[in-house]
Order: sequence, then structure tokens, then C-alpha cells
Amino acid sequence: MDYTIKIGGEAGQGIQTIGDTLARVFSRAGFHVFTHQDYESRIRGGHNFFQIRFSDSPVMLSRDRIDIIVALDKESISLHEKELSKDGLIVYDSSSLKKKYETPNFLDIPFVNLAIEHGGNKIMANTVATGAVLGMLKIRLDILFEIIKNTFKKKGEDIVKGNINAAMAGHNYAIKECIQCSFSATPISNPKMLISGVDAIGLGAISSGCKFYSAYPMTPSTGIMNYLAGKGKDYGIVVEQAEDEIAAINMALGASFAGVRAMTGTAGGGFALMVEGLSLAGMTETPIVIALGQRPAPATGLPTRTEQADLLFATHTAHGEFPRVIFAPGTPEQAFYLTNKAFDMAEKYQVPAIVIFDQYLADSGWTFEEFDLSKIKFNDYRIRGDEFKNLGGYKRHAFTDTGISPLGVPGDSKYLVVTDSDEHNEEGHIIEDAETRIKMVQKRLLKKLPLIKQEIEPPSLYGSSQPEILIVGWGSTFGVVKEAVDVLSKSKNIAMLHFSEIYPFPLTEKNPSPTPLPQGEGAKGRVEFDYLTLLNKAKLTICIENNASGQFARLMRAETGFEFKYRINKFDGRPFTLEGLSRELDVHIGRL
Amino acid sequence: MSTLEDYKGQTPAWCPGCGNFGILKAFKDTMVELGIEPHQFTVVSGIGQAGKLPHYLKCNTFNGLHGRTLPVATGIRLSNHEMLVIAVAGDGDCYGEGGNHLIHAMRRNINVKLFVHDNQVYGLTKGQASPTSLEGMVTKNQPFGVFSEQLNPIALAIAIDCSFVARGFAGDMGHLKELMKASILHKGFSLLDILQPCVTFNKINTYEWYKQRVYHVEPEYNPEDRIEAFKKALEWGERIPTGIIYKNHRPILEERIPVIKDNPLVRQSFDQSRLETALKEFY
Repeated sequence: MDYTIKIGGEAGQGIQTIGDTLARVFSRAGFHVFTHQDYESRIRGGHNFFQIRFSDSPVMLSRDRIDIIVALDKESISLHEKELSKDGLIVYDSSSLKKKYETPNFLDIPFVNLAIEHGGNKIMANTVATGAVLGMLKIRLDILFEIIKNTFKKKGEDIVKGNINAAMAGHNYAIKECIQCSFSATPISNPKMLISGVDAIGLGAISSGCKFYSAYPMTPSTGIMNYLAGKGKDYGIVVEQAEDEIAAINMALGASFAGVRAMTGTAGGGFALMVEGLSLAGMTETPIVIALGQRPAPATGLPTRTEQADLLFATHTAHGEFPRVIFAPGTPEQAFYLTNKAFDMAEKYQVPAIVIFDQYLADSGWTFEEFDLSKIKFNDYRIRGDEFKNLGGYKRHAFTDTGISPLGVPGDSKYLVVTDSDEHNEEGHIIEDAETRIKMVQKRLLKKLPLIKQEIEPPSLYGSSQPEILIVGWGSTFGVVKEAVDVLSKSKNIAMLHFSEIYPFPLTEKNPSPTPLPQGEGAKGRVEFDYLTLLNKAKLTICIENNASGQFARLMRAETGFEFKYRINKFDGRPFTLEGLSRELDVHIGRL
Repeated sequence: MSTLEDYKGQTPAWCPGCGNFGILKAFKDTMVELGIEPHQFTVVSGIGQAGKLPHYLKCNTFNGLHGRTLPVATGIRLSNHEMLVIAVAGDGDCYGEGGNHLIHAMRRNINVKLFVHDNQVYGLTKGQASPTSLEGMVTKNQPFGVFSEQLNPIALAIAIDCSFVARGFAGDMGHLKELMKASILHKGFSLLDILQPCVTFNKINTYEWYKQRVYHVEPEYNPEDRIEAFKKALEWGERIPTGIIYKNHRPILEERIPVIKDNPLVRQSFDQSRLETALKEFY
């Protein structure tokens, strides 16, 4: 089974509430779930939708074909009716839409009337709709009841009871009236976790001991601040909304200087304002993690939509030369672990680390069996307390073999912690002489960089270990490229190469094991490879990017000299779909 | 306890006769008289001649970017509110490049002490007009004279209900020291605007010019009366008031954040065992 539900309507109608609740019911029932949202930059009105795909096998992207449309407005029908599958149904309330549809693929359920009658308030119409969808799918309501109890317990027993009755009314109505419903979804196993990209970054930050987050709200990064602000009291995190992004990064640098792990987050436009601070982090060797959510630009662009066009901006921006680390997770799971790695590397090497994502990953919900906390790395690289107090001497920017100087917590010792945005000496005081300058650049950049490079993991290989066709992606295209490879590997010798640790660009001589194909090829154990050899040997290499100019392809060429044979670029502000990507891939593969 | 010897730093690269020397001396005397040791506080400075101050004494130092002292100082205080944090900036630095940060630092009432070396001109970039330059002042960049009205930082601060607002004069070191002390001892965001002659680039606002105009606010003056304070703030020209112009007792930001109520953030250890709870919420 593999069903897709689309909930469409105006902003403010509760699309997200219905979507979130249904997705949670499915994940708790053990299904694999993928959700994604499409919304306009407005608070009320317009047309928005929330799409949920759930299946008994892993899913990692949305499909074009819809099985159930929950239409909260007429546009949901006119815009999406054509996406309906053969046995698909549109469920709606004719009294709300003020229109009756007579064709057999429509199911008219009086959401509002049932809400008033059974729940006691028309506001519960969305709960009726949620219950109705579960009725259509013949899924029992016990999980939904738990969610309702949890969500509304603060609002009192009456509200909980009203919502439960409303859900039951919708459920019963659908079971009784939906004679054309042929769906069958039997819960399969233990509950799975359901998490979005932004929540995964936030959770990764908490798990890394992040104590300070300052930011200015900007889509698609705001979710991180919301998440951390909600968790601040429980996990000891100060979240400060700054007056602008310049202040946001400087506050985080101040916090980091004072001795705590600090982070900021923004979108491309806000990051542009942070760039001066990025350079300051480089010069003062102050650890910082920056979450950079891409959205279609230039300038304000398409604020609520998706693009991968800030890669070269992130790798190249800021005045001067200093090391930086850039990760581009492809899934919420990768976002969780890579946020942790970003913190670890930022603290260890005293450099800025950037986690680059996009609206698509930010707002997509994925299911996983679990996140493994034992894989979380936490080393306090700072010198604090008695250790600092009892040190034999201290220079903040001391020359060392590794280029890494001791990072003391100011105030914990008689030794002073001094740093400067001007070029400085080992003590941190302003200097102008050439000799010290050279030594500082060597320390800050040339000594640290090779060590940082050693820690960058190579891309993951999925599919054939000796592929004739190699599809390359980075960041949020992971899911769609992987599923495209799944489809094509039935007839082709094909693999995906996915880059999530992007900068410094991975060394080619590292040899990890590729992920085995489900069909069994390559499953016999480790297969050694270096990605450049693999690329050179492949007959057809295609780089997939959600941007117009092929930024990753350019970076690849600059770093390794390798040039892709073909590129597939999408820059309409929307994510790739399996059907769309497959069509384009077929054209290129057909030429082989 | 500390002595003046403890505060001996690099040799200043300021012009001979620079108003900054008076500020530096008053600063060191303040610290010694308050019994504060160099490691017990942090100076966050910007870029400009004022920004070099921490290098010429001894203290924890974050010499950051032009205009960005206050966000850094805010970050430090929110992470360690047991640390005295003094932001040192110039008039261009704080009132020009960093104007937005000043407004919001005053609103937040973060317990940071801001000392602005206000010489009414850009020194480091050699003589351009600053936000506090007198209207009509002719410079290389403003050959027809400054068109913009002079910024009045004291009035601005009182309008935003800044917790502590004072003005000192670099040529009146004893008085300046008392203002620095009062600023440090006050609980709340403090703005101390320090009139400071630039002997090289400001030929209008000289030691003589200031000396003829500055006076100490009268002993009976009540800085807690906001309306009177605003009137006092508007005095500029023939007579320029120095002293504590305004103060209030608004609660500071650090005390209002529950997370750091009992213990500074930097002293709070990271409890990994609680992460399971955070994970569970996603099921």
C-alpha cells in the first residue's frame, strides 16, 4: 500500500492541524510517512496544501498521484482534481463550499454540522474531517483519541470530549456513507518517529549542548527558533530574538566567547547580513554554528518556496580567507547528526560551521525508526573552571602544531582572554607587523584546514557499485534521487552519489562502503571506491540541482576538475517530483 | 583588589593630546577604586580610535567589528551575567553604524555599560563628519558643511527610557571617573557619552570649546524625573550639562529570563541524559 492524502484550503483554515494530526496517527500506527507543504507568503486566504504520503515501505518524497483530497475550499478541487488516482476520492463539506459535486469520486461529509451536533462547536469541523479520513481508510481511532487528549488537555475535559465525539462522528459517517471507499491500511508495527527538517536541526542543536540561539525570524529558518524557544526552559537554552541578523550573529559570537555553545539561523537574505560576522568568527576563531535555509532568490524572491541556490554563496562569502565547514543534509536524520557534527567541528577547530538546507527539507516530515543518541558526539573543547585557573600560562591565540589555540572561558582564571577582529598576536592584541601576520594566517587557515579536511566524509553511494549511470545530488534532493534510482535500477546499471558534507570538498582518497541496493547487488559487504574514479568510469553522469546554474557542478569542477556530462536543473521554486525527474532522466538515459 | 600597575597595557597609538588619554586614565582609576581585577570583567570594543582602548589596559577583551559592540556584549551578558561587561565605542561606531543595536540594547535593558568616546568626528578614517558633528561643520567629505541635524544621544536615550544616561568630559577626569563608577554600580543598561576633543581632526570642538561650555548638573537636580531629564538633555550650545542626566530602576533582561534566574548559562552543565525526553516527543 502507498497512499497520498492532500489537504487543501486557504491559509488559516487549519490545513496544517489536520495534516500534522493525520501524519502523527500514521507514524504512530507504524507506517512510513512523508509530508510536505506548499504555502503562500500570507497568513489568511490564498491556496495552500499539506500532502501526506504513507506506506508500508519506506517513502522519502511526495507523489503526484493523490488518493484522498480533503477540500476545504473550491480551489482545492479545481486545482487538484486532475491529480486524483483511479480510485481516489475528494472529501468535502457542501455546506461550507456552497456547492454540491455529483460525480461518484466525491464524498460530501457535513464537517460543520457534525461538529456542532456532536462536538458542540463548529470549530471542531477539522476534527470531524480528520476522523472522516481515518474512517475512509478504515483506521481505528484510538491513536487519534490519544493525540486529542494530549493536544487539548490544557483546555479542559469538555473540549477533549467534544473533539473525541467530533472525530467519532466523522469516522462513523465516512464508514457508513463511503460505499466507494476501497482503501485498506492496516497498522504494521511499532510507532515510528515523525520529524521535519527544522525540528531535526533544533533537536540536533539541543543534543549537541547548544545553550544560546539568537536569530531574526525568516522563512524557512524560523521553525528552528520556535522549536528551541519552546525547549529553552527544559534544556537550559537562552533564545534571543535579535533586532536584525547582524545582531543575531554578533550576539551568538558574544555568547560563544563567554563560554557556551552558540548558534544562529536565517535564510539567504539574512545570511547576507551576517557575512561580516562570519568573517569575524573566522578572525577571532570563535566557534559558531549557522543554519542557512535557502529559498528562491535574488532578494526576497519566493519567500515560502524552495531552491538550492545559496551553495556557492555559503562556500565563498565573507571577506578574507579562513576555514569554514558546510554540511547539506538530505534528510531530517542527516540534519540531526550533521548539526551535531557542525557543533563538534566548530568547537574543536574554532571555526564557523554552516548547516545549509532549504524550505523543502525544512517543512517536510519524515519517519524514522529512531535517532541513535549514542552516535552523538559531545566533547567540551574549552578550558574552564579549575583547569583554566591552574594552567601554567595562557595565550588565547597561541601558536601550536595544529593551529588550534586554547579556548579559555573568560573570568574562570586570572588569565585574560583577549581576541580581536584586527590582526593580533598570540595574546590577542592588535598588531601590524608582517611576520606575525604570516604566522597567524598559517595558524588560523593553513594548519587547521588539512585537519578539517580529514574529518569530512565522502559522498554516500546508493545502488550499483560499478555504475554505468551515476546520478549526483546534494542536500534535499536525496529522497527524490534515491527513489528515481530505485525505479531505474530494475533495468539499468545505475547509482546515486549524494553529497551531504560539502565543504571543504571531500577528499577523493577516502573509501567508505556504499549503501547496498535493496535488490541485493553490492550487499555482500564493503565495496571500496573513491568517488572521482567512479565518476570518471561512469558512461553517463548527471548532476541534479534545484537551481538554475548548476552550482554544485561548478564546485565539483573547481575542486576536482571533473565535469558532469549532463545537468538537470529545476528553478521554479518547487521541489523535484519522482515523475518529473524520471521523465528528464529518461531523456538523457535514452541517449546512452 | 587591584592597583594601577595591574592595568598597564600596550603603549597607546593615539595622537599626543588625544582626549582618549583622559578616558583611559579615568577608566583605570575607576577599576582600581572599585577594587575590580582585570579578569573580572570584559571590554567589548568596536573599531575606531576608541576601539583600541582595551589593548591599552588589561582585561578580557573582545575587540569586534565597527558598530557591533552591543550585540556581542549582550551575548556575553546573557551567557554569563556574573561578568561585568563594558562596551566601548566611538560616536561613529555606536551612533552611526551601530544605531539600531543601541536602540534595542536600551529597550532590552541588558545590564551592559556603554562608554561612548564622542569626539564629534571620525578620527580613524581622518576627519569625516560623525552623527554628532555640528550642523555646518566643513570636512573633506562634507565640503558644503554637514546638512544633517546633530544627533542628541542623551535625548534619544531618555526617549527610549534607557536605564542610566550620563554625560562626561574627557578633560574633567575626576568627574568622569565618578560617572564611570556610578554607571558600573547602576543596575541596568548605562549610556555614558563622553565628550572628547580630537586634537587632529576636530578644530571646532576643542578642549577650550568644551571647557567654556560644560558644567556639572546642580546638586539638587533629580535625574529620576524623566520630563526634567528630557529638558536637561535638550541643553546644548552655550551650556552643556555633564553628570547623571537620567536614571530609572527598570528590571534588567538577565533577571527576567527564567533559564538563567538561578545560575549563569556558562555554569550550567549539559545533561545528556534528558535527551531521551526530547526524542520521545517526535513519536
